[in-house]
Amino acid sequence: MELKSKLPSGPIETAWDRTRQELKLVNPSNKRKYSVIMVGSGLAGASGAATLAELGYQVKCFCYQDSPRRAHSISAQGGINGAKNYQNDGDSVWRLFYDTVKGGDFRAREANVHRLAEVSVNIIDQCVAQGVPFAREYGGTLANRSFGGAQVSRTFYARGQTGQQLLLGAYQSLERQIGIGAVQMYPRTEMLDVIVADGAARGIVTRDMVTGKIESHLADVVILATGGYANVFYLSTNAKGCNTTAIWRAHRRGAAFANPCYTQIHPTCIPVTGDHQSKLTLMSQSLRNDGRIWVPLKKGDKRPPGQIPENERDYYLERKYPSYGNLAPRDISSRAAKQCCDEGRGVGPTGLGVYLDFADAIGRLGENVIRERYGNLFEMYERITDENPYKIPMRIFPASHYVMGGLWVDYNLMSTIPGLHVLGEANFSDHGANRLGASALMQGLADGYFVIPYTIGDYLVNAKVKKIDASHPEVKKAEAEVTGRVKRLLSINGKRTPDSLHKELGKVIWEKCGMGRNAAGLKEALQRIPAIREEFWKNLKVLGSGDDLNVSLEKAGRVADFMEMAELLCIDALERDESCGAHFREEHQTPDGEALRNDEKFCHVAAWEWAGEGKTPILHKEPLTFESLHLTQRSYK
Amino acid sequence: MSSIPIITSASSVKPLEATVAKKVLVAITGIVLFGFVLIHMVGNIQLYQGPEKLNHYAELLQSMKPVLWTFRIVLLAAVGVHALFAILLWLRNRSARPVAYESQRFVSATLTSRTMIWSGPLIGLFVVYHILHFTTGTFPPPHFNSHNVYNNVVYAFQVPGVSIAYIIAMVALGFHLYHGGVSLFQTLGLRTPHDEKPLKLVLWVITTIIVVVNISFPLAVLTGLVGLK
Amino acid sequence: MLNLTLKVWRQKGPKDAGQMVTYPAPGISPDMSFLEMLDVVNERMMEKDEEPIAFDHDCREGICGSCGTVVNGIAHGPRSATTACQLHMRSFKDGDTITVEPWRAKPFPVLKDLIVDRSAYDRIIAAGGFVSVNTGGCPDGNSLPIPKENAELSMDAAACIGCGACAAACPNASAMLFVSAKVSQLALLPQGQPERRDRVLKMVAQMDAEGFGGCTNIGECESACPKEIKLENIARLNRDFLVATVTKRPVTASQGGGA
Repeated sequence: MELKSKLPSGPIETAWDRTRQELKLVNPSNKRKYSVIMVGSGLAGASGAATLAELGYQVKCFCYQDSPRRAHSISAQGGINGAKNYQNDGDSVWRLFYDTVKGGDFRAREANVHRLAEVSVNIIDQCVAQGVPFAREYGGTLANRSFGGAQVSRTFYARGQTGQQLLLGAYQSLERQIGIGAVQMYPRTEMLDVIVADGAARGIVTRDMVTGKIESHLADVVILATGGYANVFYLSTNAKGCNTTAIWRAHRRGAAFANPCYTQIHPTCIPVTGDHQSKLTLMSQSLRNDGRIWVPLKKGDKRPPGQIPENERDYYLERKYPSYGNLAPRDISSRAAKQCCDEGRGVGPTGLGVYLDFADAIGRLGENVIRERYGNLFEMYERITDENPYKIPMRIFPASHYVMGGLWVDYNLMSTIPGLHVLGEANFSDHGANRLGASALMQGLADGYFVIPYTIGDYLVNAKVKKIDASHPEVKKAEAEVTGRVKRLLSINGKRTPDSLHKELGKVIWEKCGMGRNAAGLKEALQRIPAIREEFWKNLKVLGSGDDLNVSLEKAGRVADFMEMAELLCIDALERDESCGAHFREEHQTPDGEALRNDEKFCHVAAWEWAGEGKTPILHKEPLTFESLHLTQRSYK
Repeated sequence: MSSIPIITSASSVKPLEATVAKKVLVAITGIVLFGFVLIHMVGNIQLYQGPEKLNHYAELLQSMKPVLWTFRIVLLAAVGVHALFAILLWLRNRSARPVAYESQRFVSATLTSRTMIWSGPLIGLFVVYHILHFTTGTFPPPHFNSHNVYNNVVYAFQVPGVSIAYIIAMVALGFHLYHGGVSLFQTLGLRTPHDEKPLKLVLWVITTIIVVVNISFPLAVLTGLVGLK
Repeated sequence: MLNLTLKVWRQKGPKDAGQMVTYPAPGISPDMSFLEMLDVVNERMMEKDEEPIAFDHDCREGICGSCGTVVNGIAHGPRSATTACQLHMRSFKDGDTITVEPWRAKPFPVLKDLIVDRSAYDRIIAAGGFVSVNTGGCPDGNSLPIPKENAELSMDAAACIGCGACAAACPNASAMLFVSAKVSQLALLPQGQPERRDRVLKMVAQMDAEGFGGCTNIGECESACPKEIKLENIARLNRDFLVATVTKRPVTASQGGGA
């Protein structure tokens, strides 16, 4: 396997422009002769599917939800970055580029990030034109808020529902194309394999989740926009259905998996209440604009928060990072919270929580202003915890939230399988080792609206794909494998439910490969995961049949892939013997507990090649070069 | 999965066939009928001013045949359209939920809003009876004399069964007018959140006046407050 | 801990007849969400080789709109402005019997147990719930100032999650609240003006074609809506529909080709 990144050379400011000039075009009347498969209907998938259909391609779009509007992008709360400099506070494309590379702890490609920062401006315009009701100032102009890891206000938002509004904008564009027949939509349809024939991705095998029918869909090019794998932790802020199956199956067919160990832990989630917990709920980090994070100074201080006097509180983020304070990046804030809890200063019934206190902000601005800014988040908190955050400080704790790792793609977003493109969270491209807040929405939409529509034509022209039909042996083979797998899951007839096995796996990953990792723990995890996987294939219980709607069967298939994926996650985490961004190896930290990079040995992308069942995956390295920015120690002090 | 074709061109849409248009027709005819009920009540108040006044009013109306018949035709048409589209919508609404809930609890539905489809036909039946009773004299009150409306009313309401029937019909009318009145503002797109409370209050007052005044006629006769003169 | 009894609608497939089935649900923590309670019941059922209750759910934080069941006769259950996934068991008392039913409406056929097909809502959006802009070439975001009040009202309407509770709660199974939310969101913004009349006509026509009932201004939808979408949106839809009907002009301009 060779990693051809196709990165443009020369000055970075004009790299994307020059690339676009060099990319081959498909004549408008020829576009309709090409067919595209889009898997996923989140920000990247819906925006990409709609845009490609507008251009004239025949598009088929697939999602496992009952409607494309329900993809998990909908849950993003805080906002989307755009280097508009509307606030006249010194923002620019360059600064967004710089902040993002630095936030990613210098483990992202410069050229990708610069392109992202450039098109961020167009995304805002696009969304406004679609009727996305962004927050406005009284004069009618767009409002901005500041967000973690930045010193400018460049985050556009729609209350605490920015992801929802952006997704609905893209969804509406997609539905418009569905209405005129330019996109064929397949909801409640799960992709279970990629078809690779004659050296290129030519289709997918799907299961209709209502009828159980296993079917092949063929096209000239396949795009995956299937999100991240944070549910490998079982408990995460991802939707229950989020899974790794699409990208994992593609990986097994030859797509390199890059940086799987870069998983982000979000600092502000509602703490776990018990074993019944099925998922974690995020509280937008925009809350950190007005909330102050603290724990008691003394260990085991069980007094109610109101009775702890000011001088017995430790506002640890403000203390450790005076210039960024409560707005320090996610990885840093999460680790700091964990440290406090490890020291026995955690709050709440489990001791796994810290306070996020709005008393000062309410005193300064009044309850009404706070209600206007965060009302829906406060209500959500109250519904879940039965506590009123206007009166009692919120309790928060970090939770698995987003993954920076994903399928390796070149500058044109194509994986190592020709014709298989990967967008959004499913690829690894733009965030390095840590993603800044309000950048996921930006990346999903950048890929879908403004990158793939340009690069896909170039592939189609150069690849000169020949039509294949359903009788191709590779199609038959992939279908047979999927059918066999479904049968196998149904025939084990053991004692354990998919959820119980998933929980067991998630616990190991959270403990050994979560916020803090070390060689001994990772090695232990690598011992335990194969055992859990073996238990899964020996003792799984799935009731019902494969011929109708079977929720357990769907779960089992996803968990089976997590069982394999989890191992690669730990292998990568063990291999990357440095701390960077969200990947914190306890062996490598500064005396005051900050991540310590090793640029000499690890300034590269780790892209893993599937070597076959039971074989150690093969590591390929794509070196990262920094020509525009200097590698520096990240500091938010 | 069922899939109904997606409508992509506005020029293929026939707005007058839409449920919303049907409701608008029900609302507009409702305004006409509401207005009639109000005028009818005001005219009838003359019962309290004695036989001369009321009988004179009746004669005046009878003397303007073209006007009278225009009114009657407009009212008949309004009733027809109102009832026809209300029933069509009701049938459609029933078929929209083929399987009923095992248990359904209503949170904000009111007695008036839930009973429109029953109060409406009840009023319709009452109107038919009312016309046969007083106008045509098909089922006349005792000592029916088409030129002495005052006496007809008194004789009629002296029969307790008749009075009770009228009272029940008036309560149904009140229910229907209140929800119908609030509802027509919504249907015609005139309601805003700011004037919701005053609108409901005004309609409550108007319908209460209509019901109380109309009920007062049989009560006055039954209690002897109004008698033969 | 709560000891509850569940009465749940079980239906094998779209063409099968269904029925209410009673299950005991002992030892339920008040901190569980309603769906976590169903998870626990399901896990116990599977241990006894009974097929679990199928229900739609995904984000479990009240925004994706996947979940939705009628709990004790109320869409999304007894707590106002709350989806089933955000409803917590502390809203119930020890010893309660809870009935759980799927959305009931002709355009929402049951697929299995509590899962219904809501694709009718997608088709209503596909008919006109959008602004027809292609990607690229859009004017600068600030070139179109929008009064804050309109932006806020538009956002209020845009908060709809398309869960279907409005049609499920309506005694007429009417989808007017859903349709009016999208009509209003776009009618309140300058971007929505060029297609304003066509949009409302097409969306209402699609809604009717799907077989939803008509609105009789009862207001159950507003009470059931987990996102507190207001009835005033329906008034706005009605107004726009009237204006569109009265002012509708047939398109006569020819689609001429370029020179």
